[in-house]
Amino acid sequence: MDFGPYLMLATLEGAVTAAVLALTASGLALVFGVMRVVNVAHGEFFMLGAVLAWWVTSWFEGAAAFGFAFAILTVPLIVGALAALADVTVLKRLSYDPERTIVATIGILYILQQVTLMTYGPDARPVTPPFNTRLALPWVEMTETGLSLYWPWGLSITSYKLAVIAAATVILLALWIVMTRSKLGLMMRATEQDREMALAFGIPVERVYALVFGLGAGLAALAAVLIVPIQQAHYLMGGDPLLLSFIVVIIGGLGSLPGTVLAALLIGLSDGIISVFFSPTLAKILATLLVALVLVFRPQGLFGARRA
Amino acid sequence: MLKLEAVNAGYGRAQVLRDVSFEAQAGEITCLLGRNGAGKTTTMKAIMGVLPLMSGAVRLGKTVLSDLPAHVVPRHGVGYVPQGRRLFGDLTVGQNLEVGRFSQCESESTLEEILQLFPRLRERYAQRANTLSGGEQQMLAMGRALSLRPSVVLLDEPTEGLQPSMIAAIRDVTETLRDQGVAVVLVEQRVEAILALADRAALLENGRMRGVVSGEALRDDPTILARHLGV
Repeated sequence: MDFGPYLMLATLEGAVTAAVLALTASGLALVFGVMRVVNVAHGEFFMLGAVLAWWVTSWFEGAAAFGFAFAILTVPLIVGALAALADVTVLKRLSYDPERTIVATIGILYILQQVTLMTYGPDARPVTPPFNTRLALPWVEMTETGLSLYWPWGLSITSYKLAVIAAATVILLALWIVMTRSKLGLMMRATEQDREMALAFGIPVERVYALVFGLGAGLAALAAVLIVPIQQAHYLMGGDPLLLSFIVVIIGGLGSLPGTVLAALLIGLSDGIISVFFSPTLAKILATLLVALVLVFRPQGLFGARRA
Repeated sequence: MLKLEAVNAGYGRAQVLRDVSFEAQAGEITCLLGRNGAGKTTTMKAIMGVLPLMSGAVRLGKTVLSDLPAHVVPRHGVGYVPQGRRLFGDLTVGQNLEVGRFSQCESESTLEEILQLFPRLRERYAQRANTLSGGEQQMLAMGRALSLRPSVVLLDEPTEGLQPSMIAAIRDVTETLRDQGVAVVLVEQRVEAILALADRAALLENGRMRGVVSGEALRDDPTILARHLGV
């Protein structure tokens, strides 16, 4: 394959990674932004989303599309409710103390991971995509008669991957609208800026916290349901999304939603492109190096504002 | 109206307020006087419920505010203008006022009243709160508290760091509130403001009440202020 089509393929694969990463990292950024809680268990809520998606779709043998639609509607709600429960029973009792909640979420991480191992088992299991047509993609080439389209061999993407990119875009837009235009979003942002004043103006801060923690985990689960037909569900799959989400959230600026999405695009696309042209290891090395540089030279993140 | 009964409160194990009791009447300005660290701001936080009481009670009419979750207190008509304004800085002026209106129902009429009271807020309506000048921020802080149609307003050093024209404007609004029958609790350090506004004064010292005096008594005997403000 020529360089051009090859780059396009790498970019599309990177865009799928970026889309899922943007969803996962937004959940982490939201929880950190509003609650100042570093949720180390975030990757496990992602894993739980994938495993539950396998479980739910396994009820609908033979009707893969219906099963998948059911999973995408219910699984994020189940995971979100579970996270809200963890908030009320664990984090609230620690008064959301930044250090103790880190230790507590490490505990939640192991509980979720080991319970999954004990019930679901150590196998990686696939989920059938609801649709999976391979679409050949055209490229342009210079001929004697001018520019013309042709279909290079191997340059293709599945319809499902395109749908993942589209779905993530729509969900992120919806999240943005909720945060900036709705009363609920206003409550979350007021709580984020001054918890005590939010309380003094009638915002039920504890309920907002439970909701935000549930929403953050639900976003991770949603990302996992979208990616599981491409990746398979496994009880240890939460590590990578957690690391990448942290990378994205640090580069984007802690708690900044637009920054998180831009950083996810940067990391996702460069991960796709560098993995294809060089190696996936180099992609991870460069991403972590970027985090180190950001932390040294611009600790508020590339797009974040410096907080007092 | 608003009544504190033997309130004990503090942060963690550090007790700040010890058996604080006083009353604020509707249509009166009650000044809380005391030196730095006497517990004035702590008293306000205790009334708002953001600082849980160790013992004692805060009553508003027949309601025991201190038995309610903190976020329910403003719904009973208690508006808070905190020290240092503490606006939601990344939100616009309009959104800050909207947060103030969460705790009451008849929203639109109140918003119009607030914007008439503080015309500058109308001009700055879509601007972010942290881009306002100090005086405008103080107007917004008051507007936010008045948005919930309070029957009690707690003002914690509302004129701190403001230029004289702003101080006069804030004082006018405070008097208007009193004339409308609102119970105003005012923490203020400036002597002339206290003398001009106070209908009565509750004296705090190291977290304990040292008595309540009338506005006339303050004006007749300047040594009371000197003793309790350290001026």
